[in-house]
Amino acid sequence: MVERTPILNFFTHLILFAGFIFCVAPFVIVAIAASHNLKDVNDVPMSLLPGSDFWVNIQTAWTTADLGPKLLNSFIMAFGVAAGKVIISALTAFSIVYFRYPGRMLIFWLIFITLMLPLEVRIVPTYAVVANVLEPYQAILDLTGLSWLIEKVSGVQVQLSLGLLNSYSGLILPLVATATGTFLYRQFFLTVPDELTEAARMDGAGALRFFADILLPLSRNNMAALGTIMFLWAWNQYLWPLLITTDQSHAMAVTELKQLIPNVGGAPEWHIAMAGTLIVMLPPLIVVVLMQRWFVRGLIATEK
Amino acid sequence: MEKRVTFGRWTIGILFAVPQLLLIFTFFYWPAGQAVYWSLTLQQPWGGGNIWVGLDNFRSILSNADYWNSITASLVFAAISTGLAMVIALVLAALTDRQLAGSRLYRVVLIWPYGIAAPALAMAFRFILAPEAGFMAVVNKFWPGFWDPGLDGADAMASVIIAFSWKYVGYNFIFFLAAFQAIPRSLIEAAAMDGSGVIRRFRDIQFPLITPTIFFLLVINITESFQDSFGIVDIMTAGGPANATNLMVYKIYSDGFKGLDYSGAAAQSIILMLLIIALTIVQFRFIERRVHYR
Repeated sequence: MVERTPILNFFTHLILFAGFIFCVAPFVIVAIAASHNLKDVNDVPMSLLPGSDFWVNIQTAWTTADLGPKLLNSFIMAFGVAAGKVIISALTAFSIVYFRYPGRMLIFWLIFITLMLPLEVRIVPTYAVVANVLEPYQAILDLTGLSWLIEKVSGVQVQLSLGLLNSYSGLILPLVATATGTFLYRQFFLTVPDELTEAARMDGAGALRFFADILLPLSRNNMAALGTIMFLWAWNQYLWPLLITTDQSHAMAVTELKQLIPNVGGAPEWHIAMAGTLIVMLPPLIVVVLMQRWFVRGLIATEK
Repeated sequence: MEKRVTFGRWTIGILFAVPQLLLIFTFFYWPAGQAVYWSLTLQQPWGGGNIWVGLDNFRSILSNADYWNSITASLVFAAISTGLAMVIALVLAALTDRQLAGSRLYRVVLIWPYGIAAPALAMAFRFILAPEAGFMAVVNKFWPGFWDPGLDGADAMASVIIAFSWKYVGYNFIFFLAAFQAIPRSLIEAAAMDGSGVIRRFRDIQFPLITPTIFFLLVINITESFQDSFGIVDIMTAGGPANATNLMVYKIYSDGFKGLDYSGAAAQSIILMLLIIALTIVQFRFIERRVHYR
């Protein structure tokens, strides 16, 4: 604070407090609505004093939408995406920063371009690929005449087929296939002093050794930031899981919410819907609260 | 920027890049190419091969009033929600940056909304803005028929915009606050010594210095409004009433997967891709300028 500005300070507090209410109110309303019974939740206006049915509603929502396994699925997927990103991006960044090979810039640009087109806009063909991941390779074999050749020589007709619908790999892999993390690592690797590399090489460390024993431990902060962001991002995915998981046993918590939208006919069971919403909201909120530092850092660094 | 010291065995180097390359080839380049191919052919959903139709898919889409309605809805949604989310976040970040008592609390709490999944917050707002229960019901009681997102397209659009802006206020706040905090304190203090007040300092020092962030967020908010809106629309309005909130990504989804019109959906995807690529190019040109700016 530079000078005394009592009036402005008053308005600053007022506006910030309004902003605070604006951000917190939806959480509070959801929690309160989740504690009412059917009659109270549909009262106009709804009472802002918590009701007594909180645990009952949570249990009902839990069983109606079968949230236990769905939350587990969400966790597996979010961890899978976060881990996949953290590992694969590190490998790729190491390759484009620490090696000189022909086509390096081409690889750099091939990866860079993936930043431009999010999954949502190429959703239909990506779905087709996941229905049979080997389709691209089959097509390549067909086009180059290799499958004809193989059929002539060995008599085996080449039919590559591997469907990933309703599987964790089908959920996770397409979400990992972007460049977001690669550039975060690249920026960091470029700041690692060359002297460190020289010293390691002088001590006889090869590329693998240097990567595993020096570079990775140094990038722990980056990993935490990237992991946090990617976990949240994956947890909050909706369109992709909705398409890929036609089978209930692989459905995600977030997509299951749709089951809880109250019917138009009959008394709307908002208390159950809000209890379910609260359960689904909570894990990412806990991650944000606990990992705030990494979350903010990762967000700004990946510009995601 | 390049490394001076590198490793010699470049075959190992390529091996490190292989997993990523396989992934992006299979799940990015192939589908993107496939989208282009589909958009130029007519595919039978139940098999039977593709017929080359040239630009016919684009022609039929661009002559379809529903599609233009969807583009208009997306642009209205993008403009209003981006404007709301950015202005509110800018004001809150500027005030938090004054570092009065309690600013740490705001710094923590104002970020929360961004962590929430779009469908979950959509569900919360569906309840809060429901015409028969929740809080808009109070308004309806005094003013019957004032608010009904189930019947009135403008109300539905307003609900979707409110839900989306709520989430992105948190996102924009993080970036604005980081930008404000990057401004050297001495600049502010020197200006104060010269007798400028808080408002004047904001207008002449802080605002010009954060224009790069404003521009960056503008592009990100618009592109996100095209993508992240899907979950909100699906839960809150399902594109209705009467297609009033049938935004572009939602239309691609419903045409492609519910209407089984792969070719039409692919052509729509291509148009959306071009739009997003154009925005991204604008952003990169700008990032170069930002580097120059410093």
